[in-house]
Amino acid sequence: MSEATSLLASGHRACAGCGAAIAVRQVLEAAGPNTICVNATGCLEVTTTPYPQTAWRVPWIHVAFENAAAVASGIEAAYKALRAKGTIPKDKKPNVIAFAGDGGTFDIGLQALSGMLERGHDVLYVCYDNEAYMNTGIQRSSSTPFGAATTTSPAGKVIPGEMRKKKPIALIAAAHDIPYVATASIAFPADLKRKVKKALEVEGPSFLHILAPCPTGWRFGTEKTVEVARLAVETGVFVLYEITNEDPLKPIVTKKIKDRKPVEEYLKLQGRFRHLFKPVKRQDIIDKIQEEVDRKCKLFGVDED
Amino acid sequence: MKIEPGGAIKEPGSSIAYKTGGWRTFKPVIDAEKCISCWICVGFCPDAAIEKTEKGKPPIIDYDYCKGCGICANECPKNAIEMIFEEK
Repeated sequence: MSEATSLLASGHRACAGCGAAIAVRQVLEAAGPNTICVNATGCLEVTTTPYPQTAWRVPWIHVAFENAAAVASGIEAAYKALRAKGTIPKDKKPNVIAFAGDGGTFDIGLQALSGMLERGHDVLYVCYDNEAYMNTGIQRSSSTPFGAATTTSPAGKVIPGEMRKKKPIALIAAAHDIPYVATASIAFPADLKRKVKKALEVEGPSFLHILAPCPTGWRFGTEKTVEVARLAVETGVFVLYEITNEDPLKPIVTKKIKDRKPVEEYLKLQGRFRHLFKPVKRQDIIDKIQEEVDRKCKLFGVDED
Repeated sequence: MKIEPGGAIKEPGSSIAYKTGGWRTFKPVIDAEKCISCWICVGFCPDAAIEKTEKGKPPIIDYDYCKGCGICANECPKNAIEMIFEEK
């Protein structure tokens, strides 16, 4: 059936409606088979490689949680050395892509990522962001947004869920003055694939931040994954932009939004924000989230007149 | 089971030996009359369980792997996919 067409094969054990699986399929479709993948520990690694099986149809390696970027650097450097020695032909230059979740990027792998970006390895680092440690049971990460309930930021009578802001990881990557940084959403596949191709074309490191909603952790119906991802963009919660080193201080918004929807439409679909609506509506928290989104959208210039 | 050095797996895509279709509660069924062969469902399937055919024909759903998430039905611009309760 569709076995031959997808570089991520069927039969992987990701939950029904997994956003990360959609993200990886879209990235691999744009990258093509001449690709080597490195995977940090996380949902993606666990669900796609239940030993002795693998869902990957491209070379793939997993080492540890924190060092996807370091391993990817090593692969890229090894190919460079082998080419220089003449062991392999000069034109043998596979794409090297590192995949990591938000835990493996925002928290645990940040140091290795920063090292890879600073050393200038020709690697595309893809962070599929599901905004918490889903694989181990929905613990908060530094990517968990303000107001979301996780098992380690539960919503109670006093504290309504996570009370810290999401770390702006793409801007942190861009601060390394690397050739290409972008954010993408699984709900806009054409935009995502264009960004993957652009990132692989540039010489040097590139970073792609993909919002990949998680039905299990965000607590919404499995059929709503793409809908939630789209709403994140349409409400301005997740801004789609790209940054090149022509001006690393100036993100270029790739998806301007006309008549931006209120964040409430995005929040109310998800059980992780249910405490903002029941038993009493926490308008104060919703307003605070809206205020922050408005501020960010103004800074980025998201709104289209 | 012989474990290769480094835990290497030598057969790409070997996960297809594991049929995930049994996870399904609701089953997507395509209405060929309404389908416009836009392949939106193909790209959004997390399980690579929908395959393109030729223009003018609906895609084919591989029920061996479809987990019944319902994204295809939710995203279909023509509402050509219906989720029906899976009878065992």
